[in-house]
Amino acid sequence: MNSDNKIYKFVIDDTVYETKLTDKFRKRKLYAKENPDLVKAFIPGIIREIKIKNGSIVKTGDVLLILEAMKMKNVVASHRDGKIKEIKVKTGEMVIKNQLLLEFE
Amino acid sequence: MSFLSKLKEFFFKNDKIKVGGGEKANLKQAAMGKMTARERINALLDEDSFFEFDLFVKHAGKDFGMDKKDLPADGVITGSGTILGYPVCIYAQDFTVAGGSLGLAHARKITKIMDHSIKMGIPLIGINDSGGARIQEGVNSLAGYGEIFYRNTLASGVIPQISVILGPCAGGAVYSPALTDFVFVVDKISKMFITGPEVIKTVLGEEISMEDLGGAKIQSEITGNAHFFAQTEMECFEQIRRLCSFIPFNNSKKANPYPAKNPKSKYAVENIIPADPSQPYDVRRVIYSIVDDSDFFEVQEFWAANIVIGFARINGDTVGIVGNQPLVLAGVLDVDSSDKAARFIRFCDAFNIPLLTLVDLPGYLPGVDQEYAGVIRHGAKILYAYSEATVPKVTVILRKAYGGGYIAMCSRHLGADFVFAWPTAEIAVMGPEGAANIIFKNEIAEAGDPNEMRRQKVAEYTEKFANPYVAASNGYIDAVINPQETRKFLIQTLQLSKQKKESRPLKKHGIPPF
Repeated sequence: MNSDNKIYKFVIDDTVYETKLTDKFRKRKLYAKENPDLVKAFIPGIIREIKIKNGSIVKTGDVLLILEAMKMKNVVASHRDGKIKEIKVKTGEMVIKNQLLLEFE
Repeated sequence: MSFLSKLKEFFFKNDKIKVGGGEKANLKQAAMGKMTARERINALLDEDSFFEFDLFVKHAGKDFGMDKKDLPADGVITGSGTILGYPVCIYAQDFTVAGGSLGLAHARKITKIMDHSIKMGIPLIGINDSGGARIQEGVNSLAGYGEIFYRNTLASGVIPQISVILGPCAGGAVYSPALTDFVFVVDKISKMFITGPEVIKTVLGEEISMEDLGGAKIQSEITGNAHFFAQTEMECFEQIRRLCSFIPFNNSKKANPYPAKNPKSKYAVENIIPADPSQPYDVRRVIYSIVDDSDFFEVQEFWAANIVIGFARINGDTVGIVGNQPLVLAGVLDVDSSDKAARFIRFCDAFNIPLLTLVDLPGYLPGVDQEYAGVIRHGAKILYAYSEATVPKVTVILRKAYGGGYIAMCSRHLGADFVFAWPTAEIAVMGPEGAANIIFKNEIAEAGDPNEMRRQKVAEYTEKFANPYVAASNGYIDAVINPQETRKFLIQTLQLSKQKKESRPLKKHGIPPF
């Protein structure tokens, strides 16, 4: 078993249990609400085109960027209406997964 | 030609093919720390029991110069033999011949031995050590994989199927082991993945070694794809032989009985369980205290360790044991532990192995990650598997059995034949702290000293509900028993259940949650 073999206090329904924890549990990703002002890369790849500028007003569904990954030109479309505050990437740039691409105001 | 010269020719042909890929390739295999396919078969099966099929089969490749190549036995050795005196069918891919790659004739040899094992009703063991599809044979090698998967599925629940990963097993090839009942892996030798490190690097930019991506440890601890982990090939073969001792040949038979033996005296039941339900202990010690010779053969020991599954014998007969493990995550049910238990329950049910369930859990694991991972559909598998099972089902509630967890762990309501509880059992909708905080919310909030009031109310609830007697008064438990007599009661009830007959509504098949 993947575990550090320490005994932890572990609460279920207000009862405190003493027990070991698996690494999988200890290292689980804690939930954090997504910030709607940020657009991140959903896949690693290369920015092929940028269709907007800083300050552009966009509507839901408007094309923001073209992100090439797995030999596909993926359209990154806007998930909301709003004004672009800052584009964080350049055409031709390689991006990793979850890299910040642009920010809304 | 004279009789003698015909015989000489026969020996010559045999010996030539049996060298496999040749001396050099065999040495290379040894340098990788691996036995050859023939050595493996001989080490696993009873001595001199191997009977080979299709030694003279030739490969079917015609393109890319393959027609001029000779591939001895087409890179796979197939046949039958015995383990502990009982027959099995076996195939072993030979990495020394074209990297054990799978072409049409190679696949046909495997499907032939699979058909044989299904027809004869004997277990199938597949030793995988192959670079994958033989690219030169194109779509024919894909067809070969498909025909193997199809038979794995037909054989599922009819004969036990065992996969042994002793080398690479990658891409489509890993789906055959995934369709079988038990997967054995060996440290530093087994490698299983769908897409290898190179593709992952090119496409996703993630760099990882083969070992870290799909080595034996990963498959045993992280993914749950493997069931048994060994340090060496010889240890792995010992594990396979041991498994074979616990399971029947096929779904119309029962496992072979062994002479009954008492548990070892050092595992005295009264010294194992702390009465305080918040304190941990190792549930395997409870198992050692009730099974023959304290001998428990654990399955998937290193994955989802909050539930323990495995085989043992009680009074000489095999039982499949499922027990919550309070030592890890307080024994909760979660996505992985539900999957682990559910599949094991279905194996036992398919192969006439009675189920013994040992209960001590606080419920299902709360958390966003669990909900997002689909704990609803995963958790449902264990309910489905227990409800569907018609083998004898005996449940012993050791300590806490709260809420949904109580229902899931083979409760009377899911069709348990016998439900026992120890005096330490607490069968309730939730633990006393949580229950008191809900039921007496107002009293606690309005009290002059809320903590004192909470303490009182928790004590009140504990006194009233944290015991086995409320459930027993409703008939949900058949008997509250002295823990020291657990084995005695298990022997009696399993004896009583031997002729159990239970039918289910006629259907093509159910649709279990996935």
